[in-house]
Amino acid sequence: MSGSLTLRAAIVSVALFAVFVLGWHLATRSSGATSGMDPEYAKLMGATATQGKSAMPGPLDVASKLWEHLSQPFYDKGPNDKGLGIQIGYSIGRVLVGYLLAVVVAIPLGFLIGMSPLMHKALDPYIQILKPISPLAWMPLALYTIKDSSISAIFVIFICAVWPMLINTAFGVASVRREWINVARTLEVGTLRRAFTVVLPAAAPTILTGMRISIGIAWLVIVAAEMLVGGTGIGYFVWNEWNNLSITNVIIAILLIGVVGMFFDQLLARVARLVTFPE
Amino acid sequence: MSDFISIEAIAKRYPVRGRGTTTVFENLWLSMSRGEFGCIIGHSGCGKTTILNILAGLDRPSEGTVIVDGEAIDGTSLDRAVIFQSHALFPWRTVLGNVAFAVSSKWPKWSAAKVRAHAQSFIDLVGLSGSEAKHPSELSGGMKQRVGIARALSITPKILLMDEPFSALDALTRGTLQDEVRRICLETGQTTFMITHDVDEAIYLADKIFLMTNGPGAVLAEVVENPLPKDRGRIDLHRHPLYYATRNHILDFLVTRSKSFAETVTDHDPHHVPVIRPGIAEPTLLSLTPPPAADAAVRTAGRHP
Ligand SMILES: Nc1ncnc2c1ncn2[C@@H]1O[C@H](COP(=O)(O)OP(=O)(O)OP(=O)(O)O)[C@@H](O)[C@H]1O
Ligand SMILES: [Mg+2]
Repeated sequence: MSGSLTLRAAIVSVALFAVFVLGWHLATRSSGATSGMDPEYAKLMGATATQGKSAMPGPLDVASKLWEHLSQPFYDKGPNDKGLGIQIGYSIGRVLVGYLLAVVVAIPLGFLIGMSPLMHKALDPYIQILKPISPLAWMPLALYTIKDSSISAIFVIFICAVWPMLINTAFGVASVRREWINVARTLEVGTLRRAFTVVLPAAAPTILTGMRISIGIAWLVIVAAEMLVGGTGIGYFVWNEWNNLSITNVIIAILLIGVVGMFFDQLLARVARLVTFPE
Repeated sequence: MSDFISIEAIAKRYPVRGRGTTTVFENLWLSMSRGEFGCIIGHSGCGKTTILNILAGLDRPSEGTVIVDGEAIDGTSLDRAVIFQSHALFPWRTVLGNVAFAVSSKWPKWSAAKVRAHAQSFIDLVGLSGSEAKHPSELSGGMKQRVGIARALSITPKILLMDEPFSALDALTRGTLQDEVRRICLETGQTTFMITHDVDEAIYLADKIFLMTNGPGAVLAEVVENPLPKDRGRIDLHRHPLYYATRNHILDFLVTRSKSFAETVTDHDPHHVPVIRPGIAEPTLLSLTPPPAADAAVRTAGRHP
């Protein structure tokens, strides 16, 4: 039954894709050349006006361009013409650095807040105020103080990734079952050993949920951040191709962003499964 | 001989929002000798768990002290092991891992092999050989409770504390676990303090049964000495001539006297709680100091043949 469900779901998925691509193809195909236009004027106007061709590329255009990108992902012909692989590599690098910094800060701090009611009360107002700030709002401040656009982007990733991890870690640590803590207490387990052998495994599923939310947000934010700071990265690529009016490249970049985001999410989902324990 | 466990005039109060405090119990005295098995029985909410948690060091009394082996206790200790009602096993550890956690907490310097061998011997003791590598989610309720027992015993505590350890189990499993706990406690001379709601369980396991009145303001009303022989068996417990006298005495307390105790017994002395040993014709009074309390005990106990 479940096998046939998977199969049927796959059939529906493929069918939806086919309908979408067909619709896309029909909507963007050329409506034939417009006759009676001055050839000089037609040359000026380009294919869009003269051949009734939509500015929106069709699926075939995108596919052939995608093939082009995939066959040489890492070429580098100057600041405005780099392979898609290089651009996405820059973005992934920034996200990873910012994200790992956030892990290093958020998890120990979350432990502190979760284990100490005093620290929880003392730090709560700051978290409540800082959490809802759009990470991009930090950008000017970061650029002014750090003076390096790449590091500023990393800082923005850090600041957006830190909150979900911090809050989830604190919550997970604070809500470790009383009875497990009591077991550790009756066995006179020291604070450090208790943190690593009881609290950490008990809170790990909640912490991983926070980490998963964070990587998702970080990947959302990096595109916007790179559009702002420019230079390199998939966000900059999208913006640059928009300025080049190459909608084909923009669509390819959008696809790629989705695929990489999914990869990150699945990776953390897998780690989360490893630390989840059945009750 | 001085008592091994001596609870001296403890009280527990909780603040009530708006107006002062509520007293769960106060001026409560209770003592046990080494190697004794004590059971505490009382209605829900009278403060049994609170007493056990204070004994364990997980909770602190608002007043009074608890003396164990000649020393006032301060917090938890590896000398007092607790078996929790909800077994409280770590679900991310295996059976062996759960027991080994306790063993390595007590003897941090032991090698991994020694810890494992020691843990294994207690897993064998509770009859779980072959299930060492299983996680708690793969065990039945009875097996989980066995792991809890193995974990508590593995640190060879001076006192074993159990909060309704078998109440979540079916009757058959409960029976076999009671047998095992009794065998182990008798073999090792383990001092044990247990909470139960099951009168038969108390009569089978306990040497002393502590009867508590209803809360708030609960008191330890009397101590029933188990008149049944040490070599009693669970199956033919009810054939013993003193079984029904004991059972009726406790049940009668729970059904009627625990509610009205505060009104009917005005001269109760919490420091010298009457000790009753149910007999065939009439319960026999063993100790009484001072006289007024003794009168009360004879009067109340004598009503139930
Ligand atoms: N944190 C608390 N704040 C206020 N009152 C409390 C608190 N904890 C326990 N109590 C009260 O203390 C009393 C005794 O609780 P306790 O858990 O010791 O009862 P118990 O005898 O073990 O009951 P049961 O048989 O249901 O387990 C209860 O009436 C309860 O309402
Ligand atoms: Mg209780």
